[in-house]
Amino acid sequence: MGKYVLKRLGQSLIVVFIVTVIVFGLMHMLPGDPVQIYLGDTATEEQVEYYTKMFGLDQPLYVQYLRWIGGLFKGEMGRSITYSLDVKELLLRRVGCTLSVTFPAFVLALIIGVCLGVVTATHRGKPLDSLLTSIANIGIATPTFWIGMILVYFFGLKLKWLPVQGYVPFAESPSGFLKCLVMPVFVLTLGHLSSNTRQTRSSMLEVVSQDFIRTARAKGLNENTVIYKHALRNALIPIVTMMGGAVGGLIGGTVAIEKLFNISGVGSLMLTAIINKDYMVVQNVTFVIAVVVVLCNLLIDILYGYIDPRIRVE
Amino acid sequence: MEHLIEVRNLHTEFKQSKGILKAVNGVSYYLDPGEIVAFVGESGSGKSVTQYSGVQLIASPPGKITEGEILFEGKNLLSYGQNSEELRKVRGGKIGIVFQEPMSTLNPVMTIGNQLTESVMLHLKMDKKQAMERAVELLKKVRIPDPESRLKAYPHQFSGGMRQRIVIAMALSCNPKLLIADEATTALDVTTQAQILDLMQDIVKESNTAMVMVTHNLSIVARYAQRVYVMYAGEIVEHGTTEEIFKNPRHPYTMGLMNAVPGLNDPKERKLIPIHGFVTNLVDRKDECTFRNRCPYATAECAERATPGLVKVPGEDGHFAACHRTITRDTKVEKHFDTMERSYTARDYSKLTDADKILDVQDLKVYFPVYKGLIRKKVADVKAVDGVSFEVYKGETFGLVGESGCGKSTVARTVLRLNDATGGRIIFNGDDITGLDDAKMRPYRRNMSMIFQDPYGSLDPRQRAGDIVMEPMKNFDIGLSQEQMDKRVDELFELVGLDPAYRERVPHEFSGGQRQRLVIARAISTNPSFIVCDEAISALDVSIQAQVINLLEELQQKLGLTYLFIAHDLSVVRHISDRVAVMYLGQMVEFADWNSLYSNPLHPYTKSLLEAVPVPDPVLEKTRERQIVQGEVPSPMQRPPGCAFSTRCPHATEKCRTEMPVLREGADGHKVACHMI
Repeated sequence: MGKYVLKRLGQSLIVVFIVTVIVFGLMHMLPGDPVQIYLGDTATEEQVEYYTKMFGLDQPLYVQYLRWIGGLFKGEMGRSITYSLDVKELLLRRVGCTLSVTFPAFVLALIIGVCLGVVTATHRGKPLDSLLTSIANIGIATPTFWIGMILVYFFGLKLKWLPVQGYVPFAESPSGFLKCLVMPVFVLTLGHLSSNTRQTRSSMLEVVSQDFIRTARAKGLNENTVIYKHALRNALIPIVTMMGGAVGGLIGGTVAIEKLFNISGVGSLMLTAIINKDYMVVQNVTFVIAVVVVLCNLLIDILYGYIDPRIRVE
Repeated sequence: MEHLIEVRNLHTEFKQSKGILKAVNGVSYYLDPGEIVAFVGESGSGKSVTQYSGVQLIASPPGKITEGEILFEGKNLLSYGQNSEELRKVRGGKIGIVFQEPMSTLNPVMTIGNQLTESVMLHLKMDKKQAMERAVELLKKVRIPDPESRLKAYPHQFSGGMRQRIVIAMALSCNPKLLIADEATTALDVTTQAQILDLMQDIVKESNTAMVMVTHNLSIVARYAQRVYVMYAGEIVEHGTTEEIFKNPRHPYTMGLMNAVPGLNDPKERKLIPIHGFVTNLVDRKDECTFRNRCPYATAECAERATPGLVKVPGEDGHFAACHRTITRDTKVEKHFDTMERSYTARDYSKLTDADKILDVQDLKVYFPVYKGLIRKKVADVKAVDGVSFEVYKGETFGLVGESGCGKSTVARTVLRLNDATGGRIIFNGDDITGLDDAKMRPYRRNMSMIFQDPYGSLDPRQRAGDIVMEPMKNFDIGLSQEQMDKRVDELFELVGLDPAYRERVPHEFSGGQRQRLVIARAISTNPSFIVCDEAISALDVSIQAQVINLLEELQQKLGLTYLFIAHDLSVVRHISDRVAVMYLGQMVEFADWNSLYSNPLHPYTKSLLEAVPVPDPVLEKTRERQIVQGEVPSPMQRPPGCAFSTRCPHATEKCRTEMPVLREGADGHKVACHMI
């Protein structure tokens, strides 16, 4: 097992390296000069030259690349041109913001989605199944930002129960922090929930038609044991696979929600950085996302083996 | 007297889009403690549904038990709800079930220890530790070696036979009063089948448990059962003691079943008599005997009234048949569906020359490499086929038998160049085709084809029947115009006994037997001379099996085909083959013409295979002495150093364990690879 993890970590390192090369290359291939964008049209040539030198952008590309990578090894991420801030600090703050929305939503969607999936599968063809499945379909078909807007309108503007938008750090005011997060977390949960429910339902339906479920029933086990002990674990594999695909979104993929609720998270940071050609920000955010995705996939592969002994690594 | 279980007038229905399917239609039966009773019938006869209805294990909806009583130890099980506490106590606690497919009846993600203890803790109210002890004891009882450590193993770490032993241990774990074995050994090899059935018989006798054997295999019935219920179309058509049923069958269907299976002691001239046609649609039953359309004895009165109830056969105690007429084996047949004769002439192989060979396989080796580690280094070879030589003459049927994993299918695939050979030569019609690339191989492919085991998996579900048959002709461009090909498709349909009007249908609109006919039509469409039949009939019901065997023989005579016939069913191979080779662990251990091989088997493995096969004759079975070979085929990764069979052979000596025997030729070309002969 330890050997397997080491081997996989080695492979992950190669993947991350390739990602850094690609993102670096792409960013520098795009037209436009970040210093020029930052300083605007009125900047003098001296100013541009000065800042270009200060950010090390006058160096050959391979030197710039090696500097970035070398910095990463020392735990440094360079400076953002647009924000004039240390990228590491900037990123840490933004990641905290984003995760406080995405992580609860991810966990809630997983738990509730699996439960609803099991319920719909065990009530197949009955009114409860039809009701929940229809809701899940509506959930998939409806854009989350639209639901978000409706929520903001009712709970923020009309009823004034919750703040319309914004983000309050936990350290400042725990209750404010929670209040701010209710709506964005809810909206995001809803988005994931529907697909989780449907995936669990179809996966469960497939499993309960298998022979070993009949065996379990033939043993005289009660229906709950049959469903939760025998069927669910077998049905988990495709759900876990889907979770693996969704972790990338934990850090990067919630621009719409961030914009709607005016939360300065990683998504909006990335968007601004790409527009402004803020090299260091784009490169480092991509790097962090790559590392997280790669590690999560490794975790999921190990989890597979735990769930299903047939794919357990030797 | 009160029976252990008594079922009265059971009706089970399934709601379908086309109407209501009455799968079980008024079935009544009983079992006494310690009895072994068989339920015989083909797929769709309702034999399994009947048993599952008793413990309410049918999926509901769409299934529903609409009528009847199931008295088990005096209580009506149907008065309990499907998942009620009372019924669950009976299910697993008092009635144990062994299912058909051991590969899928165990939960793959739970250790077998957990799966065994679960019901023990539930029904026998044991704690975890006691339950574990009980599990060990059960595994010992079903003869799983090293039971303590195997408790932590998962199902995929066991072979099929071992898994079935575990399923049996599970079914017996709470000392049930009744054991239901639903086709429990159908998926297993003959030697494993015999081991498992003997084991079940021993355990059941020892504990005075009653056992229901649901099976389609009459030979098993003859060997193990005391009483038999024959089922057809959801009804019991005949019931009696095993001796009476085999000696004096009174229902045309029972007789049909008996005539359709080949036996190990049949004369070679005997033609299998299939049961003509198909089971009537059970949706919306009509008021006529359900067997009427397939019955050779049917008269006008059979169409007027529904299937009669069971009537006692005069002069025989406890023998009942459900037939409007009084039929015995001597009754005159009302209509013939088929010819009854079959000619068999043994050919003289000594006069044949090389020119008569269609296939000459010399020292064929097929190894599959095993890779391991980071850089995928080759660490070993799995020797799937290791030095096999044989020749097939034009127009003969060459049988290849052996248990699963013996390499018989690999030989077939390699001969057709679907696999690459690692060593040796394959000579087809005088040309060495061993190393030909795909392009050079193409002209030969037209002349060879294959009939596969599973008629459900080997047809493209979206292709129309006509196109399926036409495809090889187009593929090999055999020089026919579109019209000519269309005409040939019609001819081929007629040749294999399909209505050309079905050309536009897709595979799922055909029954299993019809699909196999379609597969055969496709195989012969380019007029090949050589056909490999890889378990071509083993997925079919017995009556359909007979139809397909007869069709293959008929085509052989009409078209001069040569068959390489691969099967695990020794009786069928005996019936169809001219010469037979026996394989074990990738090697040929014995080879002879059918008669010498079956009447005078020399290799201990061949002997044990033949002994393991039950014959459809209860009287003979009683007197027959058998020695069931123990153990299982070793993995080809761990092949014994000497004779491959030495680990299981009752006569093995030190020499056998260290030195590999060679295939030597004895009298009449009978070859055997054994040190002891």
